Amino acid sequence: MMVHRAGSAKGGSKAARQGNEQQHPEMTTYAFRLFVSGMTPNSLRAIENIRAFCQQHLEGRYRLEIIDIYQQPQCAKEHQIVAVPTLVKQTPPPARRFIGDLSHTDRLLRGLGMPYLR
Amino acid sequence: MAPKRADKTPAAAPVEKCPTGIKGLDEVTGGGIPRGRPTLICGETGCGKTLLAMEFLVRGATELGEPGVYVSFEEKSEELVQDFASLGFDLLDMVSRNVLALDYIHIERSEIEETGGFDLEGLFVRLAHAIDSTGARRVVLDTIESLFSGFSHDAVLRAELRRLFRFLKDKKVTTVITGEQGSNTLTRYGLEEYVADCVILLNHKVTEQIATRRLRIVKYRGSSHGTNEYPFLIDAQGISVLPISSIGLEHPAPTDRISSGVSRLDAMLGGQGFFKGSSVLVTGTAGTGKSSLAAHFVDAACRRGERCLYFSFEESRNQIIRNMLSIGIDLKQWLDGDLLQFYNVRPTLYGLEMHLVSIHKAVEAFCPDVVVVDPISNLVTASNPFEAKSMLSRLIDYLKLRQITAFCTDLTVAGRSLEQTEIGISSVMDTWLLLQVIEGSGERNRGLFILKSRGMEHSNQVREFCLTSHGVQLCDVYLGPGGVLTGSGRIAQEARERAEALERCQDIERKKREIERKKALLEAQIAALTLEIQTEREDLERAIERENLRREQLAETARSVARNRQSDALPDLPFEAVSAS
Repeated sequence: MMVHRAGSAKGGSKAARQGNEQQHPEMTTYAFRLFVSGMTPNSLRAIENIRAFCQQHLEGRYRLEIIDIYQQPQCAKEHQIVAVPTLVKQTPPPARRFIGDLSHTDRLLRGLGMPYLR
Repeated sequence: MAPKRADKTPAAAPVEKCPTGIKGLDEVTGGGIPRGRPTLICGETGCGKTLLAMEFLVRGATELGEPGVYVSFEEKSEELVQDFASLGFDLLDMVSRNVLALDYIHIERSEIEETGGFDLEGLFVRLAHAIDSTGARRVVLDTIESLFSGFSHDAVLRAELRRLFRFLKDKKVTTVITGEQGSNTLTRYGLEEYVADCVILLNHKVTEQIATRRLRIVKYRGSSHGTNEYPFLIDAQGISVLPISSIGLEHPAPTDRISSGVSRLDAMLGGQGFFKGSSVLVTGTAGTGKSSLAAHFVDAACRRGERCLYFSFEESRNQIIRNMLSIGIDLKQWLDGDLLQFYNVRPTLYGLEMHLVSIHKAVEAFCPDVVVVDPISNLVTASNPFEAKSMLSRLIDYLKLRQITAFCTDLTVAGRSLEQTEIGISSVMDTWLLLQVIEGSGERNRGLFILKSRGMEHSNQVREFCLTSHGVQLCDVYLGPGGVLTGSGRIAQEARERAEALERCQDIERKKREIERKKALLEAQIAALTLEIQTEREDLERAIERENLRREQLAETARSVARNRQSDALPDLPFEAVSAS
């Protein structure tokens, strides 16, 4: 966990994804960057939450990069990070930011433009 | 807030101050803002908060060897660079020399979804990174309140702000925080709650269509400070705060004297004219010859080879030159010879403060020995008398400090008492001349008084002030039982006096002759009387002689009778002669 740049966590190939699910955004790949600050409780929770979220809703269609701003402070400036944790959705547009420990899954879904799932 | 007070008490040393490097502000604050602590600068939009904050950093970075970090929440770094280029601040150069770090913090509310607990560690990390990479001693947060519109979680924000200020104090950086003024509070979101050490309030008031910026130190914990509202201005060199009291009464007092350009006026002023470096005020109603007197002074100064700066708020340069030619003063030669410079500007162009600064700058650029301000009353109209007084006293102080002789004219309104001027400016003036219109016998003539002249003997009498084709002439006025007469009244009165004197002479002559005549008459009378007495005496003597003759004849007759009778005894009749006496 010390090296938070967890790289991409791709699941499956493009071919495998097609037709797997019935939803509209299924075709798109989501690219996320999560900015955290070391091992603070919020950060740890955020990492856990986003991982769980991606596993559940975006299985195989997401890329997640975790950046520790303590380690790369210039990244905070570069990406306009003020609040931590911040999750930045890079693709698909529009750009969207989520701050907080990502415990509100419904807000995350709404913010990502995904149908609300029970 | 309480802990701040607590951690300050044990330190007996006074608050260490961090000079801002901003002209005048350090004097008002008694040395600068508290070092290592946050200072809040608040005010309405457009009152100069950002500039003040940025200048604090730029001065620190370029002049005081203290690198700085500028965190902007409103303007992008590129925009800041552009904005400040116009003030001659090359921010990019400072950034490349690593004495300044710019960081633009952008929070787009619409892009943000809050999904749980968060803190502002990103801000801290960025700040810490910027501070550490430049070795910054100064930090500006402009305007941190933007955070409140970026995040809805107020409680988290406030806790984070508190943590932020603690963090900045721990970093031992002197921080300037700007805040937009709220309707009833100093700042819209109550930032003053966190920044309790020093609060500076800026405002930008428009009175009579002229805007003036002012600065006030609302609070400065642990230090005395100027409590007034100090005007300040923003020009091409940044901010200048102009504390009235900044220049103490310490200026030198030269004993050299310089001519006023009018020899009889010099004579009235103890024979030698004004003190060098003093301030001269000439008041008078319209058309009393104030500018002419000023032109004489300028002409005399230029003749001595001194440099002269003429601020004209009424007439254009060419107009002055033309008009002064009519009284035989050729100012153009000095203008061509670069001894004289005109500075013409409309008084309503900007407020007093701006005028003051433009005068300062012109003076600094030209380095004159003599400054003429014609007329200062026009500046007064651009503001209220109190401000005008403070402005003028600062101007005079400034000129005195530089040992520049100031010659100011002041147009008074006819019919109004002099006190108007007196309250306004005369107290800062060393010499005060009054040009007055003396009306009588259908004409207006000018009179010149010296109302005061510090440190020298001076005439207490009025002189008639005549404008002739070869300059100003001072004449003695006619003082007589008919009062003070000037102009043709004086000339007529003088003629009348001469006639009267002649008449008196003639009178005396006539009287003398009369006495002579009387004397002659008297003498004739005496002669006549003497003659009369003599005649009478002669008559008397004749009578006595006749009497004596008769008595003798009588005696002779008696004797001859006795002889005839052969009387034995001849009667010895006595013969008594009658004497004349």
